[in-house]
Amino acid sequence: MNKVYEVLGGWGRQLFGFFKSVRQFFLLSWQTFKWLLTAPLSRKKIEWHDVFVQMVRIGVDSLPIVIVISFFIGLILAMQAAYQLHQFGASIYVANLVGVSITRELGPLITAILVSGRCGSAIAAELGTMKVGEEIDALKTMSIDPIGFLAVPRTLAMVVVLPCLTILADLVGIGGGVLFAVTQLEIPFSAYFRQSAEAILAKDFLTGLIKSGVFAVIVSQIGIYQGFQVRGGAEGVGKSTTISVVSAIFLIILADVLFTALFYSTF
Amino acid sequence: MNSKKPVIEIKDVYTRFGDRQVLRGINLNIYPEETFVILGRSGCGKSTLLRHLIGLQKPESGDIHIKGVDIIHADDEKKRQTLLKVGMLFQNGALFNSMTVGDNVALPLKQHTPLELSTIRIMGRIKLDLVGLAEFEHHYPSQLSGGMKKRAALARALAMDPEILFCDEPSAGLDPVVAVGIDQLILKLKSAFKMCIVVVTHELESVFTIADRIALMDGGRIVFLGNKEEMKKSDNPIVRQFIDRKPDQDIIDTEQYFNTLINE
Ligand SMILES: Nc1ncnc2c1ncn2[C@@H]1O[C@H](COP(=O)(O)OP(=O)(O)OP(=O)(O)O)[C@@H](O)[C@H]1O
Ligand SMILES: [Mg+2]
Repeated sequence: MNKVYEVLGGWGRQLFGFFKSVRQFFLLSWQTFKWLLTAPLSRKKIEWHDVFVQMVRIGVDSLPIVIVISFFIGLILAMQAAYQLHQFGASIYVANLVGVSITRELGPLITAILVSGRCGSAIAAELGTMKVGEEIDALKTMSIDPIGFLAVPRTLAMVVVLPCLTILADLVGIGGGVLFAVTQLEIPFSAYFRQSAEAILAKDFLTGLIKSGVFAVIVSQIGIYQGFQVRGGAEGVGKSTTISVVSAIFLIILADVLFTALFYSTF
Repeated sequence: MNSKKPVIEIKDVYTRFGDRQVLRGINLNIYPEETFVILGRSGCGKSTLLRHLIGLQKPESGDIHIKGVDIIHADDEKKRQTLLKVGMLFQNGALFNSMTVGDNVALPLKQHTPLELSTIRIMGRIKLDLVGLAEFEHHYPSQLSGGMKKRAALARALAMDPEILFCDEPSAGLDPVVAVGIDQLILKLKSAFKMCIVVVTHELESVFTIADRIALMDGGRIVFLGNKEEMKKSDNPIVRQFIDRKPDQDIIDTEQYFNTLINE
């Protein structure tokens, strides 16, 4: 019986701890957005220089991997689609399938997941190391708000750079499809291009971008939260870094489900 | 000196971590322009007390006023205003590792003053010169020795010309020459800028050089409070143990010792 209480109590504590951290996560994100909303009214300065530095860091870190992976994804999609469509002699529709699924879905999703692994974790690790080294305490004692000084530039940079990377991923992914169609299916480039241009609506492209903006908020806020809440030493930093990637990917996919249900369920 | 209003008032401060009670009722008044030294065994809660004083951590109960402001309950803006006049040297330095030493010192000035960048650079250099690190402006903290980090952190704590300076073990891990230099610097800050300086230290020599008043903490309380002469003459056993550098008494109660061993 005691064993049962122990196990239940353990679960209870875990559940309680989970809701507590969810609450703290939203509190922290709210503080960041409040800061951004009130910045123009008060004499708070946005650290544009830091925003720029972070943008370059996120961009440079993720560019190669985003290009390579989205090219492969385009290629894979084209191959899979061709296998099915070939049977009906409808190979040209590979362009529709690749174009629409990349711009609507896979471009934003894959980019966000890659950036979360590459940069969300880096944010968590950097801020966590600062927390452990009392650097964040030092900021507070100097009357410098860690939200404005650390969280805001990272959030802004992420929200700008992730959609940019997504545009790139869309283009490269479609490029992968083109390459396969032109070389293997012997569809002329001009025909493929015309077909794609007809298939991809501006709405698909734009909702993809909006989605990637939402993903950017998720990735940055999770990284920042996990960094700020690090306890203990280097071990704590490692733990938070891992958690930041796993929970960001979970939330990205969750948000994607909601988004898709909201915008496309009627089609 | 006691005729003045205290700049730091600490009343009945209690703190616990989990079920370990660290502070059990600290009462202290620290006055303007005095150099106040806090002594105590390692782990007795000195750093924790300093963290309370700069509002980083709320005590379990008690009141703390810095320049008349209730630092525990003040709103963010009030706290910000108060802390602008306070400098803190953390025990481990807490320099920003991603910035050069020069940028570390310049940061508070960049954030809180409308000065030109060139002026800020010069002011930062003056502070670095004060701690003997003028030629290390462009080094990163990871390129400095432990003692140099301490001094760089001291320069950063001084950047805003604080009225109150907290130093957590400023000369721990420094060679004796530099340690004496830090003592001299503290004396200079006191005479030239009329700063109120609160120092946590273990170095008895430096205590007797710089201290106006000394508090000795033990078991979460202040067990001795007085000036150098009073401390030297005191027959309080804990004070004597500190001054005469005696090790802990041998375990008398063997049974109790055995019990502490077997209960983890
Ligand atoms: N965040 C924390 N969580 C749990 N216990 C803590 C925490 N911070 C400090 N303590 C405990 O509180 C006690 C006092 O710590 P503190 O750092 O204030 O000691 P100190 O007097 O500064 O020691 P030293 O001279 O070695 O620096 C220690 O026993 C420490 O284990
Ligand atoms: Mg300490």
